[in-house]
Parts: sequence; structure tokens; C-alpha cells
Amino acid sequence: MSETTRHSYDVVVIGAGGAGLRAAIEARQQGKKTAVISKSLFGKAHTVMAEGGAAAALGNVNSSDQWQVHFRDTIRGGKFMNNPRMAELHAKEAPQRILELEYWGALFDRTPDGRISQRNFGGHEYPRLAHVGDRTGLEMIRTLQQRVVQLQQADAAEFGDPEAMLRVFPETTVTELLLDGEPGAEGSRVSGAFAYIRETGDFLVFEAPAVILATGGIGRSFKVTSNSWEYTGDGHALALRAGATLLNMEFVQFHPTGMVWPPSVKGILVTESVRGDGGVLRNSEGRRFMFDYVPDVFRDQYAETEEEADGWYADPANHRRPPELLPRDEVARAINNEVKQGRGSPHGGVFLDVSTRLPAEEIMRRLPSMYHQFKELADVDITAGPMEVGPTCHYVMGGVEVDADTGASVVPGLFAAGEVAGGMHGSNRLGGNSLSDLLVFGRRSGLGAASYLDGLGEDRPGIDDAAVERLRAEAAAPFERETGENPYQLQQEIQQTMNDLVGIIRRGSEIEQALESLDKLRERVAGVRAEGDTIYNPGWHLTLDLRNMLLVSEAVARAALMREESRGGHTRDDFPAMSAEWRRVNLVASLREGGIRLRRRPLDPLRPDLMELFDREELGKYLTEEEMPPAPRSGGSETAKEDK
Amino acid sequence: MTSTLPPPERAGLKRPRISARTLRTDRWWTPPLWTVLGLTAFLVYGLVRVLQQDHYWVADYGYLTPFYSPCLSASCAPGSAHLGTLPWEFPWFLPYALFSLPFLLLFRFTCYYYRKAYYRSFWQAPTACAVREPHGRYTGESRFPMIGQNLHRYFFYAAALIAVINTYDAALALFHGREGGFGIGLGNLILIGNVVLLWVYTLSCHSCRHVFGGRLNSFSGRPVRYWMWTQISRMNSRHMLWAWVTLGTLVIADLYVALVASGTITDPRIYN
Amino acid sequence: MTKRTFHVWRGGGEGGLAQYEVEVNEGEVVLDVLHRLQATQCPDLAVRWNCKAGKCGSCSVEINGRPRLACMARMSTFEPEESITVTPMRTFPVIRDLVCDVSFNYQKAREIPSFTPSPDSEPGDFRMQQEDVQRMQEFRKCIECFLCQDVCHVIRDHEENKEAFAGPRFLMRAAELEMHPEDTADRRKISQEEFGLGYCNITKCCTEVCPEQIHITDNALIPLKERVADRQYDPLVWLGSKIGLRKGADTPVPPNTRKRTSSPEQ
Repeated sequence: MSETTRHSYDVVVIGAGGAGLRAAIEARQQGKKTAVISKSLFGKAHTVMAEGGAAAALGNVNSSDQWQVHFRDTIRGGKFMNNPRMAELHAKEAPQRILELEYWGALFDRTPDGRISQRNFGGHEYPRLAHVGDRTGLEMIRTLQQRVVQLQQADAAEFGDPEAMLRVFPETTVTELLLDGEPGAEGSRVSGAFAYIRETGDFLVFEAPAVILATGGIGRSFKVTSNSWEYTGDGHALALRAGATLLNMEFVQFHPTGMVWPPSVKGILVTESVRGDGGVLRNSEGRRFMFDYVPDVFRDQYAETEEEADGWYADPANHRRPPELLPRDEVARAINNEVKQGRGSPHGGVFLDVSTRLPAEEIMRRLPSMYHQFKELADVDITAGPMEVGPTCHYVMGGVEVDADTGASVVPGLFAAGEVAGGMHGSNRLGGNSLSDLLVFGRRSGLGAASYLDGLGEDRPGIDDAAVERLRAEAAAPFERETGENPYQLQQEIQQTMNDLVGIIRRGSEIEQALESLDKLRERVAGVRAEGDTIYNPGWHLTLDLRNMLLVSEAVARAALMREESRGGHTRDDFPAMSAEWRRVNLVASLREGGIRLRRRPLDPLRPDLMELFDREELGKYLTEEEMPPAPRSGGSETAKEDK
Repeated sequence: MTSTLPPPERAGLKRPRISARTLRTDRWWTPPLWTVLGLTAFLVYGLVRVLQQDHYWVADYGYLTPFYSPCLSASCAPGSAHLGTLPWEFPWFLPYALFSLPFLLLFRFTCYYYRKAYYRSFWQAPTACAVREPHGRYTGESRFPMIGQNLHRYFFYAAALIAVINTYDAALALFHGREGGFGIGLGNLILIGNVVLLWVYTLSCHSCRHVFGGRLNSFSGRPVRYWMWTQISRMNSRHMLWAWVTLGTLVIADLYVALVASGTITDPRIYN
Repeated sequence: MTKRTFHVWRGGGEGGLAQYEVEVNEGEVVLDVLHRLQATQCPDLAVRWNCKAGKCGSCSVEINGRPRLACMARMSTFEPEESITVTPMRTFPVIRDLVCDVSFNYQKAREIPSFTPSPDSEPGDFRMQQEDVQRMQEFRKCIECFLCQDVCHVIRDHEENKEAFAGPRFLMRAAELEMHPEDTADRRKISQEEFGLGYCNITKCCTEVCPEQIHITDNALIPLKERVADRQYDPLVWLGSKIGLRKGADTPVPPNTRKRTSSPEQ
């Protein structure tokens, strides 16, 4: 029989990826007793998959880079739907966070003068991504992991126990947040979390006035995804059920280049650095088709001929960038279209070729893990021939609605950071902005939680024992059922539904169909059955994840149905244009009577000083007439345009 | 050391009880077998030759086998003792190269590659990866006498010195032409080839790599040492190859000298 | 699509091999087949996995006796008629099926003194050349799959050595920190005396199984042995420390980080 153990902490961080660890480190540094709950082993989080780098305007490679330029790129990439305050904080603080990481032992690649080297990436005006070959995420996770150990060693010396102030609970899954009060009710606040240990099936109750969600994304709800099994949208679902709100869940990023073959690795990422380092996309006719897909808003920043594009790699100052480096949403849609038009590769993708562009040795040096990945998984030598790639579900821009400065959600005591938080990336995330997002907002949520605790004083929320008993019964229920479906089958159906009907290109009627299917699936999921016992039973674990997947899938579908425009990670076949009116609308999802309800809320306007970073012509493509800044006096705010 | 931590491994969990020594299905026992055969053959050959105390010097062309260099017994053939001799004649069981052979043997015995080779093959610790070793207890190189493996660097210094002597021998042999003065025969090529490869083996040593640059924490501002470390590292990645190749060339060089010295074959001359 | 015979370890330490006939498609790896077993024959089959691309190091198992990542073992590399045996890592206690309790490794990680920059420095102060960081970057490719820990005979075949030996992964970590240009600690003495570097007999199995192809032995363990020899077995250093000339202190194992001695299981 499973046991229930109680733990008491100041801060509980759910998720041990980049954001979770950074949040926990900060909370601990603020003197709070902190627990980190990790769904897999410590140090295995999905952050390790991030390849390209962490964007920060350090200006080490091109000294013209500054936070304002980074901010502008981020807003452009997000199609002006970003929370402007978040984008500002992110651009301003990313450099400090990177340097801090180096101080904790991260070994980034270097410039000739001994500073952190930075590389080019899609959507970034200057070389901006601090990186380590093509395994930057691994470096970041390992560094944060080792920083945790460093703090634990200090605690061991001070308190006699390394886990006195900061403890990691590996292979532990939170099934529900505990509340003091009813979800959504006035005065209701977070009081802890209920979890089970995967290894034993034992239950844990965390009493904690502050909980930080850092659970990552929702990619597992789609069939073709670069995300690991953990990405079942737990944080999104926990937040909803605790009465918090989700922002713009329709924005889902499909990375343009995932592997398409062999079938078992379909979706696994091919880093954007392949293109940043010279790789080009070709269709089955051998044409570099990206030249045909440069949208008007980007027309003057991208090359029009192959010669011009090829010149950019060596001399970016005097050439416009190759169209392969357009923001991810553009490239993904272009590939999708080429395949649909019958110009795809044999396994249903397009060709990404670096073999004819760089000498083999250079490829091995710059892209070692890509070389490995293809050699080992697909038996393809990327120094000798092209790769086959296609779009894969990669990232969700939507997420828990939070306060930019503290990461606080609308539920007191509940915070969110990283992919699970919404707003920062608008409708489309730039490559490289995720790793820096994790650090900047991981830290801020740690600080936010700490100051929330300071404000609480002795007034700590209590745990409702009846709720604990109910959650315990709920978690064990799949074992009790005599009949019921196989969870793997149901998972496949959710994935197939979302992939086919709410995927990269959407249509109103299809989304409605998806909602219908999800509705039917809900009943079946409620009756799902687990076999065997509680010790490390993946089938049982999946039965508990399914309802989260289902809930976030519904949130995505409902929001996708409501937003009648195409922007960034949301493309509607039936509303192909970007709408200035819709730009001003945030779709806010909440849980009411077991279903998703959406509200429209205006997006925060750009501050005038930040608005000045863009020229009127560009703003005109996104903003409504009334939002436009007053026409400049002659020679007024043209400086921003100059430093391109 | 005191601690307040609970044991992290949960009580009752056990390692998988698999009785088979290994579940490997490949022929994992062949590499150690070859190692045993190769090393034994070399040792037997070397022992026989060292105790033979004959056929080590070709007076006509100045060929001295590396197994007898430097020749130190008062009974060394005239001209073969390039560094002079000790005042007495060695008994049958003492090698003429009394001062160099033990160091060369220890250099190779403590060599990081040979250690792997004989630990796996002779000592069976382990015979092959993921194959259970047949020992009840294991302490590796953590205590006497195996802790002495840490002295490898000193044997490396000695070996480098001996390589200088071998080089001198090989160079000297170039001035034993038939007509006197400079001359080259097949024997010279073999001796020179052997010496070159001995240098490659010696310089590709892990201790050498450490001494010339590996011990530094920062290469910036030390371009020469970085360059040396890089070059040594490149050779070092094939240390195993050099270890076996030089065993071969040593035998070839010695056998050639023995065959010529005993009159079994004559040395083909290329020049003079 | 073909049928293949799989023998998979089921249960805990006292468990055994169960035989399955399972479908295999073109291009699949062993992990795919294990997943198919989960989806079709045994939903409770425990196997750890995450990224499925050889980057997280979760799915470490032994396939036909060889420690490997299940996600990187392509089915096409086996003989057509060959049956495939999948067992958990032998060095660690089994929780269930193919999942091991690897807490040993996290325990050892905590005993290595962390990166210690000079107290006078601040974030942003470091200036390091590429050639300075390159050596360590190789070690930082480590995905902590713990296959090197699993294969190392020092603990694989001798449970009693677990306390005295940190294993290749963590000796490599010590080597990495020792090579860091900005690190000020000195872990050489404890590497030998506390982390058991002397137990390593450089038989290179760690290097053989490393899925990241890190040259653990040649580039980390042997250089660390040489550095230890500098500190411990150099007559001049010994003399220097006897007469008080030697500068710098040995960094101790961080206090209270060692687990209580538990009696060896075997």
C-alpha cells in the first residue's frame, strides 16, 4: 500500500529544467527553504535538448548590439504580440544571467579576446547567442545542477545536511496544487502540492505557501514533436485547475526542421544553427525555395538572390541575410507548403543541405551533435549528403498569465516561469530566446516567491486534509477499475487529433471537429485503466498525465478557434491575414465548470520610448491607426533605423 | 566521517541477480588472448636474446642491437661499448645492457597502455568490458606495490635518455661504410626506423604529454607549450599502436643484427 | 515489418528474463521496440527515457550484455535472427524491470568540491581562450547516462568498493575542475585518497561505452593521475611540503556530504 509523507517548505518549484533550477537557486539564495520537484531524474530535463544557444545582447562579437536591439528583434519575432514589459526585462537582464552562469562554471565557446562567443540565429540582427557547440542546453542544465550542488555543499557545512535548505525530489510528479480556499474563489491561495514518487508510487504532500510552476510545454499533445514524454502540459493544467489563467494558448511554435525519418525519431530537432552556419533548404527540384516565401514585413531585411545570401555568412555588414534565417513560423509554413505542393523529399520533408556548403571538417567541428544524431539515428552522413527535414511541434508561446516582474499568476502564491509562462514571446519565439527566458524569469519568479513569503509573515495557508484524501483516491483510481482503455491508445488519439486538426495550418471547421473529438475522449480518459502495481509503472503514470494533455489540448483548440487571423504560431487557412485589431487582443483561458472559458483582454501597449525603436513604416504593418505614434517631426526618431 | 544523511538507496533494492558472467554474445575473449600471445612471445624472445650474450654487434658496419645498448660488460665485443664498460665481465644471467634494460622494461610496464593490456589479459581485471572478473577483492593501483605505477614519469625520463643513446648508436653506425667513412646498408635503415618509432612511442607517452603542457591550467600566453601539447596529444591518441609497432621493430632490428652478426645473412649495402 | 525475439528483464533484483515476440519496423531502435511492448503487451514495463535522441542519458540499459543507450541501439545493427536481451545496469540496484536506482551517482556528485573561482572575481571577469576551455568542454559533453559507472569493474564486480570509489564520471568531473583556468581549489589529494583514483586501472571500459565518445581515460583520468603524481609522488613536492615551502592547501571533501556507511549488500 502506498504511503503518504508530508514535507514542509517555503517554496516548492515544480520542474527541474532551466527555469525551475534557476528559480530554486534564487529562492534558496533568498534564504527560503526550497524543494525542486522533477518529473525525471535530476539533470535530464528537456532543456538539455536546446542546441543553438542563449540570446543575450552582450555585444562581444558585434559591439553595436544592445538590449534595445534585442528587444526590437524579440517584438518583431513575436509579431508585436509580446508582453512588452517581459520582452524588455528579458533583453535587459539576459547578459547578466549569462555571465552569472559562466561564474558558476559554464564553459561557453570563446571569442579571440577571451570573452563569450556569440553566434547568428534566425531573427536576431546581430550574432547574439552564447553557445557551446550545439549543446548549449546541456551546458546550462549541468551548470545549474552543479550550482544546486554547490549550494547544498554550503548548507551541509552550515546545517550538517546538504538537503537542509534545498532538496531535489527526482522522478516525482505533481498531480494537483493544494489550495487554501476554492479554486477561483476570492481570497483563495496556494498552500502546497500533491505528488507521487514515480519509483515507489508513494504519495507526497508538500505544504508550501509559494509554488513556482516551471513544467515546460505541451508538445506531447501533438504527434510529431521535438518534446519528450514529460511535456504533457502539467503546469498549464495545474494552473487552470487552481483557478489561474492561461494566455494565448493558440500560439504553438512548429520548428521548421525536425527529422522526418526514420519513423521512430520523427520530430526530433535539427538545430537552427545548421542554417545559421550555411545550411540551405531545397525542394525536390533542387530549388532554394525560401526566396519565394519572404513576407512583405521582412522584405527589406532579407536577400533576394543566392549570391547576396551567400555573401552574408562572411560579410554580414554588407549583405542582407539569407531567407533560410527567417523566423521559425515563416520557414515552417514554407516547408509545409512545399511538401503539400508535391515538391517534398521521399519521406515527406524537404532537403536541408550543409554538405555542399562547408568542408566536412568544419561541419564536424561546428555541428558535432547533429553529425552524430544523423549518423546514429538515421545512418545519414550530413557531411556527404542532405538531411530530410520537416516541421515539428516545438514550443508553446501561450502559457500561464503572469506578472512580468515577479512571475506571479492571478492566484496568490502561484508563480510560473519558462515555457509554462505566457506572454514573453508573443505569437512566435525567436530561437535562442528560450534559454535566456528561463534564466531571466526563473530568477525573477524565485525573487517574486521570496518577497511574497516575506509579505505573508506568519499568516501561512493551511492544508485541507479532505482534499489530500480525495487526491489520493483519484490518483489510485485507475488501478481500481476492472475495465477501461489502454492509456497508450488514448494518448495516440489525442496526439493524432491535435496534429491533424489543430496543427500547423488550421481551419475553423477542423478545430470544431477537434473539440468534438476531445470531448468524446474526455469520457474515455475518465475511465482509463492501469495494470500492475504502483512501483515505477509508466502505464499508470500516463493515465494521470492524460487528463492534463486533454485539458491543455482543449485550451489550445478553443483559443485557436476564436482567434480569427494568422499570426506567428497560429495560422488559419480561413483567415490568412494578420489583423491589427486582433493584435490588441489577448485570449485568456480559465477553467469554469470543467471546461475552458475564454475572455478577451487588451494587450499592454508599447511604451512610447520603446515604440521609437521601430520606424513608422514597420509599425504600420502591425498597429491600428489609433495606436500609431504621432508622425515624427522631420529627422525625429529615425536613429533606430540607422543601426541596422 | 560523520553524517546525518539517510542512506539514499532504498532498503531492500538489490542489483539484478544474473548468474552468467556476461551476456555478451560477441567474441570478447579474443583481444586479451592476442595480447597474452603477443606479449609472451616478445618476452620470451627478449629473454633468450639477452641471455645469449652473442650476435649483438656487427663489427663491419657498426650495427648494435638495441637489446645490448649501451653494452656495459667488460666482455662486450670490441667497439660495441660506445659508452665504455664496467671493469668486470658479467655472468651469464646479467644482461650486458644492465642499466638500460630494466628501465626500458619498467617504462613499458608502467606505461598507461601496457597497463591496460596486461591488466585485461594476464590479470583479468577485467578480461573484457562488462565481463565479470574472477577476483574476490580488488584494490587496483591504490596500494603497494601497484601504487608504484605512479612513478611512470621517472621511467619516461630514463627511457628518453636511453632513446638518445639508441639514436647515437644508429647514427654511429652510419660511419662504418665498407671503405670507411659514411655508408648505408639495409641494417642502417632498420636501426634508424626503429629509433624513429621508439621516439614516437616515447614522446607519445601520457606522462610526456603531461610534462610538456597537460599540467598547465591555462594555455593562453604559452603558445610553444600549447603547440607541443597539441602535437604530443595527436601522437598520444595512437599510443597503443606505437606500443605494439615498437615491439615489432625492436624484434626486427635485433633479429636482423643477430642474423648478420651470426653470418646467416649478409647486409645488402645501398651506399658504401 | 518483422517479428523479433526479445528477452527483457522483468521484476526487481530477484527478477528474471521474460521472452517476447514483438514487431520491428525499418529504422527502429531498441527503445522503440520496448515502447511497442509497453503499448501492446505489458503496459507496466518500466523503462526510463526522455529525449530519444541520445542527449539526456536516461535510457541506459545493457543490450546483449553491453551497456548502451536503448535509444541509440539501431535494430539494423543486429543479425536478422539474433535474439535481443535487454537487462538493467548491473552495477546499480533495480527498482523494477529496466529501471535502476542510480542515486549512488548523485551522492558521489555531491562529494566533489564545486567550482571555486577566486573570491576577488565577479561574474564577467573571466577571460579564457578557446584552447583553455576546449579540454574541459569535451568532459562537459557528458550526458550523465552513468554507463561508464555501470561498466567500471571496480564497482561492477566489487560492491564493497562503492564507498571508496567515485567512478569514472566523477573522477572526470574532478579532472575538469582541476583544469579550469579560473578554479582555485586543489582536489588532487582527495581525488586519490577519497574518490579512489588509485582504484582505476585504466582498462578503458568507460571510454569504450561512452555514447558521447568522450576519451574519459586518456583525456581525464590519466591526466588526473599525472596531476596526482605531481602532488603525491613527486620527491621535490614531498620535500617542499616537509620543510614548509609548498604553497596552497589541499581542498577537503565538503563536510557532511558523505553518506553513512551502509553494509555492502553482496
